[in-house]
Amino acid sequence: MARMTMIEAVRSAMDVSMARDDNVVVFGEDVGYFGGVFRCTQGLQAKYGKTRCFDTPISESGIVGTAIGMAAYGLKPCVEIQFADYMYPAYDQLTQEAARIRYRSNGDFTCPIVVRMPTGGGIFGGQTHSQSPEALFTHVCGLKVVVPSNPYDAKGLLIAAIEDPDPVMFLEPKRLYNGPFDGHHERPVTPWSKHDLGEVPEGHFTIPIGKAEIRRTGSAVTVVAYGTMVHVALAAAEDAGIDAEVIDLRSLLPLDLDTIVKSVTKTGRCVVVHEATLTSGFGAEVVSLVQEHCFYHLEAPVVRVAGWDTPYPHAQEWDYFPGPGRVGRALAEVMEA
Amino acid sequence: MVESARLSLHVPEPAVRPGGHPDFSNVKIAKAGSVPRPEVDVASEDIRDLAYSIIRVLNRDGEAVGPWAGSLTDEELLTGLRNMMKLRAFDARMLMAQRQGKTSFYMQHLGEEAVSCAFRKALQKGDMNFPTYRQAGLLIADDYPMVEMMNQIYSNESDPLRGRQLPIMYSSKEHGFFTISGNLATQYVQAVGWAMASAIKNDSRIAAAWIGDGSTAESDFHSALVFASTYKAPVILNIVNNQWAISTFQGIARGGSGTFAARGLGFGIPALRVDGNDYLAVHAVARWAAERARRNLGPTLIEYVTYRVGAHSTSDDPSAYRPKTESEAWPLGDPVLRLKKHLIVRGVWSEERHTQAEAEILDEVIEAQRQAEGHGTLHDGGKPSVRDIFEGVYAEMPPHIRRQRQKAGY
Ligand SMILES: Cc1ncc(C[n+]2csc(CCOP(=O)(O)OP(=O)(O)O)c2C)c(N)n1
Repeated sequence: MARMTMIEAVRSAMDVSMARDDNVVVFGEDVGYFGGVFRCTQGLQAKYGKTRCFDTPISESGIVGTAIGMAAYGLKPCVEIQFADYMYPAYDQLTQEAARIRYRSNGDFTCPIVVRMPTGGGIFGGQTHSQSPEALFTHVCGLKVVVPSNPYDAKGLLIAAIEDPDPVMFLEPKRLYNGPFDGHHERPVTPWSKHDLGEVPEGHFTIPIGKAEIRRTGSAVTVVAYGTMVHVALAAAEDAGIDAEVIDLRSLLPLDLDTIVKSVTKTGRCVVVHEATLTSGFGAEVVSLVQEHCFYHLEAPVVRVAGWDTPYPHAQEWDYFPGPGRVGRALAEVMEA
Repeated sequence: MVESARLSLHVPEPAVRPGGHPDFSNVKIAKAGSVPRPEVDVASEDIRDLAYSIIRVLNRDGEAVGPWAGSLTDEELLTGLRNMMKLRAFDARMLMAQRQGKTSFYMQHLGEEAVSCAFRKALQKGDMNFPTYRQAGLLIADDYPMVEMMNQIYSNESDPLRGRQLPIMYSSKEHGFFTISGNLATQYVQAVGWAMASAIKNDSRIAAAWIGDGSTAESDFHSALVFASTYKAPVILNIVNNQWAISTFQGIARGGSGTFAARGLGFGIPALRVDGNDYLAVHAVARWAAERARRNLGPTLIEYVTYRVGAHSTSDDPSAYRPKTESEAWPLGDPVLRLKKHLIVRGVWSEERHTQAEAEILDEVIEAQRQAEGHGTLHDGGKPSVRDIFEGVYAEMPPHIRRQRQKAGY
């Protein structure tokens, strides 16, 4: 075991995977010599050589398109899109190509790629360095979508993603790269080294894609969250003194519906939290599944807390970001109903 | 003060429209045998001219002339002719089958048979093509069974792709034919990735990318050139310039200047133009590029100058946008007739044998069709199971798809 930040855990996952399997290659903008703008790939080129970890031209569709071709050849590319906000030029390659190759060729060709990208706000990134595009991927059949909330999960899930036979979108909440965060922006971020989940095995281990984790048990209300919002939800439950059960989804597609249904059936109340904009966000999917599967157990309407339906502002990002205050008000609302 | 003129937008137009008299006098056709054949390790800047000329081997008299001649034996040429004839007969039968309602859609190769048939013979087993929809000749020339192709076109119970793909969007890893997308240009850059992977693994296999003249306007074409030139990927970048992109003439994707091949020059990629209706020239140029790739000398861009004689697809009526007789005016002739003539001049073929071969091939195609139709057509007979809709989205079926399958009753 070692204490790791999420950046170190992500790097360790690639390191372990590259050491175990010669077919794993890592590339993207600035990831080779420099080690990536967030330093997630630091040292990999020095260790594995520049044909296994290299810099690419600034062409997202080129990065994903070549990764698809490499996967068809038999490699396992793990590529980085520098910020999730810049994946749109590659969206065509992801949705129409990577996601469909297995299906349309009836398994003749497959596409085991991983596309990593830093997501979310809270670092004063403005509207082009703060987006959370997960719902754009969960709508695409054939992709898998993973969002870790801590270093331990990030490593186990990323290794699982690299070993997965299908394309996996791996969204890394950049607000959590260096430490957990409770949504109170005026408080300093505590480093992962003071947190249980910063304790990460140094070698190989995996966390199955498609399994949620209960971060806090409770019986009054279920809070469904992922990524940065897991920490916000935990803080909100503490602050409000509510006996909330907090579920960390970890994988959005496939989704661990059983864990959600079991919890809501027990609590009878549900709040869904995400950082992405509200309308047609992933929360809508969770709410509709909850009403479909738990309707007769519900004691209050299910409520969503999300980013506003506007681009991510720069100066007012803490008013945009769903913090513990907003989550707390939603908890109070469903408890009163 | 400079007096500024009023601006006006330039929108390119083809030389003639329906009702007009077809005229290709502006297409500069180099004399057969006149374009030099450089060594494969030539520097791209030393052969810039080749991006503007047209490499040709067969002359008007059916003789093979010049430095690009001589890459094929009699036997290989006879096989080439047979493959092109097969593709043509296959097209005719499948076009008819579409008209008879046996399938929803078809795309033919009429006039372009030499491009894919000859190219395939320059590759080796294990190489990978990333084709678009007008390269079925890659499969025919690699002896992929026609019955399988028809099963795919009919989406019947034996369709290797289980009814999931539009007709003609074949896939065969074994025959070096990557699954066709339908989204234009996406596979161009994937081919470069495949080639990079082969280089990363110090393999000896190479890749080939395919695109039409119209689709070169897509950004993925340019991404592919960036990656291919940056990493010197062992890939052959093919552009099939058949003059038309559905109803849009090639000048719309290209503007009025340069050639499609010339797009490679800014990337430092050796670029050649070749007579796409000349089986010998296509093969010679493809072999040159394949050798370059295999010797780790990097990518080559090839523009095949050809003409789409048939409609774009079964949903298209070309007489609405171009003169009906335009294909007859096309100066590079018919690839099948040109190779036939050459083989007769060479003394290894005759009109009688050609007529006989046509009959044999037709029988072969009809027999394949009979077998395929025994497995059903789109609207009649055996179909892949509805259960197949839900299979194969992922390696392992996730719970939400399983729930949907059960709900659907399968
Ligand atoms: C991304 C995309 N845009 C549009 C289309 C519709 N489409 C299909 S074929 C075609 C014309 C392509 O022309 P060209 O590349 O010249 O190839 P050709 O058909 O002449 O062989 C178009 C516009 C498509 N399939 N994909």
